[in-house]
Amino acid sequence: MDFWINQSFNAISYAGLLFLLGGGMTLIFGVMKIVNIAHGGFYLIGGYTGYFIASTTGNFYLGIVGACVGCALVGMIFERWLLRELSGQMLRQMLMTMGITLLIQDIIVIISGGYSYTLEPPEWCMDVLEIGGYYFYVLRILMIAAAVAVYILLWFVMEKTKVGAMIRATVDNKDVAQTVGINVQLVSMGIFCLGAFLAAFAGVIGSAFTEISPGMDFEVLPLAFVVVILGGMGSLKGAAVGALIVGFIDNFARAIFPELAYFSLFFPMVVILSIKPTGLFGREWL
Amino acid sequence: MKVQNKSFRLAWVGLAAAALVILVLPPVLPPFYVSLITLALIYGLVATSLDILIGYTMMPSLGHGAYFALGAYTAAIMNTKLAAGFWATLPVSILIAGCFAAVLGLVAMRAAGVYFLMITLAAAMCVWGLVDQWVDFTGGENGMSGITRIGFGLDLNGTLSFHYFTSAFYIVCVGLIYLIIKSPFGRTLVGIRDSASRMQVLGYNVWLHKYMAFIIAAMFAGMGGCLYAYFNKFVGPDDADLAQCMEFFLMVSMGGQGTLIGPNIGAFIIVFLKNLASIYTDRWVMILAAIYILAARFAPKGILGLPEQLREKKKAEAGK
Repeated sequence: MDFWINQSFNAISYAGLLFLLGGGMTLIFGVMKIVNIAHGGFYLIGGYTGYFIASTTGNFYLGIVGACVGCALVGMIFERWLLRELSGQMLRQMLMTMGITLLIQDIIVIISGGYSYTLEPPEWCMDVLEIGGYYFYVLRILMIAAAVAVYILLWFVMEKTKVGAMIRATVDNKDVAQTVGINVQLVSMGIFCLGAFLAAFAGVIGSAFTEISPGMDFEVLPLAFVVVILGGMGSLKGAAVGALIVGFIDNFARAIFPELAYFSLFFPMVVILSIKPTGLFGREWL
Repeated sequence: MKVQNKSFRLAWVGLAAAALVILVLPPVLPPFYVSLITLALIYGLVATSLDILIGYTMMPSLGHGAYFALGAYTAAIMNTKLAAGFWATLPVSILIAGCFAAVLGLVAMRAAGVYFLMITLAAAMCVWGLVDQWVDFTGGENGMSGITRIGFGLDLNGTLSFHYFTSAFYIVCVGLIYLIIKSPFGRTLVGIRDSASRMQVLGYNVWLHKYMAFIIAAMFAGMGGCLYAYFNKFVGPDDADLAQCMEFFLMVSMGGQGTLIGPNIGAFIIVFLKNLASIYTDRWVMILAAIYILAARFAPKGILGLPEQLREKKKAEAGK
């Protein structure tokens, strides 16, 4: 029983991290219709910038803010100068995001020397909380809290505000949205920045949680892909459910048969896609 | 008509140049360059098989590296654990790559467009996870070394003899792919690419044709993987990772999709640039990034499409 409760808790907190990654990716996909391979690169930028800012200033919170804002700016530059002109051409966009990923990867190797780092979170995050005889790591609780807060905030913005309505209109039909006066390019840029922001946030938390190393981008990217595929592309709710599924499967597979952990992600994908090709909450417009 | 004659002549010149590089030059080149040509041929075969999907069927599969890796690992495992020779491992490599494609195809083909891209890529990443983590069976991060070139029916331990074997194998396989593309089956694929609904109305089984193409392409990639294992005598998780999957895609895309020749040109350029640039600089990844960005930005139809692109640009300017 202890095993199940502890592992479930780990799975849920891991799902929090995956949601931050997959949520941004699913929004980018919904609005811009691109497979954003550079999402792993943003995770890497977040992790390294967060570590460097936090370790030089000694302030963990400044590291988080700096990494997220910095990464969003980087995302903005890429969107404006490299991706915008390729709008609507999926293969070229994908090659471009791959180029961007490699560019990020190499610049980070130059700056960091290719070492892996672990970010030291503040003391109180390292505490252990006792609830009903079980011990929970505060940092993991924070990860869950952060993901839930981001979900509620995004849900509120998307469903209850005018900006959200504009984004949803762009997701549904770009051309019509443009015709009714929505600045689709601005929406795309905003969403891309938001995605980069969230990925960087995940990167900082991830680097505090385990470590950040140059190969991490390609390690987390497939997980984000599976989250988005399972949940349905463009759906925030889907990303949350997908993150939970992947979090649980990955965590339990690692505990039970560690050697096949990664490959085991293939099976939920096969099962869900054969029942519903567009993912759990995906729409039929594809 | 004149244009057609010209391109016909060009094709012969290109073929002669290819024969020169592949068959005539190797005896006088240093072994290092010969092995680069061998590698480019193997990658070229895989890229050509991917072109069946990207260029002729419009099924942009990002998971082609998975079949390549499955073929390579099958050969490596059978060779090192069972001392199996090439001709024994080849059919198994093809079969395993084909079976994986048969399962993946059933799922991935329910989706289209960007969805298809993402599903095939995620599946390929699962294969990467398998070879990276299943340490007992695949050697994990250390990969599998100690592959011996046995069972070819010939002594292929020399660089040159292996090169000629690969060349023969390559010519047969690419020839087969050419025949498939020119066959009624291939013509149907092109028809489906241009208008699936029209082909459906004409009574063709669109789904089955695409599914077959998906599996056939995977089998050729598995073949390439098998040969690669014997060529490199080492197989590691790097041969299955995202960068490798994307590189096959880049070869097709930058050479020119839907041309069969383009992917081979792409493979040669990437292999040579990668290995020669690595001698002079540590920043190969940066160069590769630049190639991706330039190819995506300026050459939508690849290198072979550049003349046409320039012509169209000129025409557009003249029209103004």
